Amino acid sequence: MGSVLRMRGISKSFPGVRALDRVDLELDASEVHALAGENGAGKSTLMKILSGVYRADEGEIWLRDRKVAAAGPRAMIEAGVSVIYQELNLVPYLSVAENIFLGREPRKRGGFIDWKKMRAEVATLLEPFGLSLDPKAKVYSIGPAYQQVVEIAKALSLRSGILVMDEPTAALTGHEVDRLFELIRNLRKKGVSVIYISHRLQEIKELADRVTVLRDGRHIVTAAVKDITVDEIIRNMVGRKLTEQYPKAQQAVRGEVLRVEGLSKRGVCEDVSLAVRRGEILGLAGLVGAGRTEIVELIYGARRKDAGRVFVDGKEVKIRSTRDAVREGLALIPEERKKQGLVLGLSVLDNIALTVLDLYSFFGFIKRRIVTGLVRKMSGEVGVRTPSLAQLVRNLSGGNQQKVVLSKWFVRDCDVYIFDEPTRGIDVGAKVEIYRLMQNLAAQGAGIIMVSSELIEVMNMSDRIAVVCNGRIVTEFVRGQATDEEVMSWALGLKGKAS
Amino acid sequence: MKLDLKRVLKNYGIVFAFFLVCFILSWLSPVFLHWTNILNIIRQSSIYGIMAIGMTFVILTGGIDLSVGSILAFAGAVAAGMLKANAPLGLVIVTAIAIGAVLGLINGLIITVGRITPFVTTLGMMSIARSLTLIYCNGYPISGFGAAFRFIGGGDLFGIPFPIVVFLLTVLCAWVILAETRLGRYTYAIGGNEETVRLSGIRTHAYKMAVYVVSGVTCGFTALILTSRLNSAEPVAGTGYELDVIAAVVIGGTSLSGGRGGVWGTLVGALLIAVINDGMILLGISPYSQQLVKGLIIIGAVLLDRLREEPS
Repeated sequence: MGSVLRMRGISKSFPGVRALDRVDLELDASEVHALAGENGAGKSTLMKILSGVYRADEGEIWLRDRKVAAAGPRAMIEAGVSVIYQELNLVPYLSVAENIFLGREPRKRGGFIDWKKMRAEVATLLEPFGLSLDPKAKVYSIGPAYQQVVEIAKALSLRSGILVMDEPTAALTGHEVDRLFELIRNLRKKGVSVIYISHRLQEIKELADRVTVLRDGRHIVTAAVKDITVDEIIRNMVGRKLTEQYPKAQQAVRGEVLRVEGLSKRGVCEDVSLAVRRGEILGLAGLVGAGRTEIVELIYGARRKDAGRVFVDGKEVKIRSTRDAVREGLALIPEERKKQGLVLGLSVLDNIALTVLDLYSFFGFIKRRIVTGLVRKMSGEVGVRTPSLAQLVRNLSGGNQQKVVLSKWFVRDCDVYIFDEPTRGIDVGAKVEIYRLMQNLAAQGAGIIMVSSELIEVMNMSDRIAVVCNGRIVTEFVRGQATDEEVMSWALGLKGKAS
Repeated sequence: MKLDLKRVLKNYGIVFAFFLVCFILSWLSPVFLHWTNILNIIRQSSIYGIMAIGMTFVILTGGIDLSVGSILAFAGAVAAGMLKANAPLGLVIVTAIAIGAVLGLINGLIITVGRITPFVTTLGMMSIARSLTLIYCNGYPISGFGAAFRFIGGGDLFGIPFPIVVFLLTVLCAWVILAETRLGRYTYAIGGNEETVRLSGIRTHAYKMAVYVVSGVTCGFTALILTSRLNSAEPVAGTGYELDVIAAVVIGGTSLSGGRGGVWGTLVGALLIAVINDGMILLGISPYSQQLVKGLIIIGAVLLDRLREEPS
């Protein structure tokens, strides 16, 4: 058989979610096999199982006709599987040679590191590919393109037959991408097989031999790249999903509550303009890394912007800090509730009261009874399930923790609520409750911006949707005017001038 | 309600330890429980204790203040200088406190706006304030003050030595601030997760600066008490105090990473250190060994702290 890798019937579940459901993946020798799918489709989980970081619940892995027993990362590396992560796994302050041979440095007699040999090895590794790197150069100084080469050299030095590359071109420019492709083709000629994970479908068409599409943890299709079009790949990625409950009612939309014009920050976003009206939910769709979180953080004053004007209820306001934003009636429910939305060591009461202490104090002294009453009422309305308000937030479930974060802002009765991934990591039941709460807010006259990577969530909850790609808003449309596939195409940068 | 022994030990372990040590010492030394000895202990503990209360605020935010000893020295020196120049007592007191506040504010500014870690900032201030003290006194102690000033360190109020009164009042005020005011609640929150507090629309810089001012102010109080008690402002006053002050806070259960703890623990911590110091003197243990014992206790306290931190 020509296959170097066969993953059969791989399943993996985490509390509350089935990340992979009997997925198959096959890799031939000298093949570049692309892996495509939306965020959350299961690509990373599958690769983590391959690299030994996770253990599959069900299924088998065969490497060249030999079944692999449940093994850890070290064993899989020794078996010839190397993974190059998007964030790269290098030590920036060490040299190229040290990174490549980290932990396996060639030794001289007495245990000393043989620097000369190590540096010579680097040249030997790269020479067949027509590349050269200064083995003494510190990795932080050589730029992302060459850092990637270092990772590849590391894999080669490990004699890896299988190389997994996760979004390798994310940080590269056109020229560098070409060189990387050249390198990958050379690797293929030498018998190395590559699993290539990418959202850039054009690249997949250009480079890969076959492509496998995953969706919702399931294997959808595997086809030769020449036999499938980009549109078909997208259709398989998005497909039609199980319907969940989305309590969406038609809202009476009133005047404009927030408008942003010309928001820019170098390296993050450019000329972003959007507007939200009272009673309306504006969804921000796009891929992870498109810049949506950064955009809302800039609006909210959590980061300093280079340019841009913000208008609340038609009046221009200066937002230079989060305090300004909150004063103007904005609220941000952040992406990572444990790191950014909660103080885990404090009680439910302390967390919810955090935003309103300034409203209910007398010369610095907090009006305890009023605050406690307010918090009790709000946590009841929101439905926070806790034995008491004194319970430490770290002991609550994910869904309840998120409700505490929501309570914190609802208690302040804001005009604009920005939700960043509001239902991430939350079970289905709690999700519906949160959607309902969002609807209530809108009904009561607030404007809502919702950032979400779950396309189905954005499409069903928003009144209007703006798609962000590479820090720009590439299109905007009203609910119902575009299909999932169209939105995905926009998000991937395949439509319009952004590419 | 089931008595969760583990939890009781965790939260009140230090109080048990304190009473245990007192019990052991009272058994080993007949003098220990004499009223004069006890008063001595509490009075001694006031010196470190008052500064430890200020330090508690700082450590609660996850910071540290290594400059307390030097700020104490400078405030004390300037107060002494003013007294020698016949300045009114009220002005002297206000100035000493103000100096503490200003130096604390500078610490705070460098830490927040300058974004330099508290350790490095206060380490620098430790040297700077010490230098200022030496310059101001020209290297010599300033001594000999009037009875009015000497009351601060030596007098008593209804039989209770004045330093102890100040200490207890400081503890009470600090307790009220931490429990009932915005400064207090934000202090805990910032220590727990500064980013969350910032994203909640609170000016974390202002509150972080405030705790260093609080620390500086407590140094001002202590400077007045110490200078008065010794009847002299020494250029080397306060040298090494920061270690005992931090020890009192840590032993008292306030976590060095911030967000957990309080002033009552610090009170017990300060008393425990004073008791151990006193006990070792009464038992005739050499001063060299005293350092060893103190070091072991600090490490023990931090280990306890680690155990208290539930795995999250």
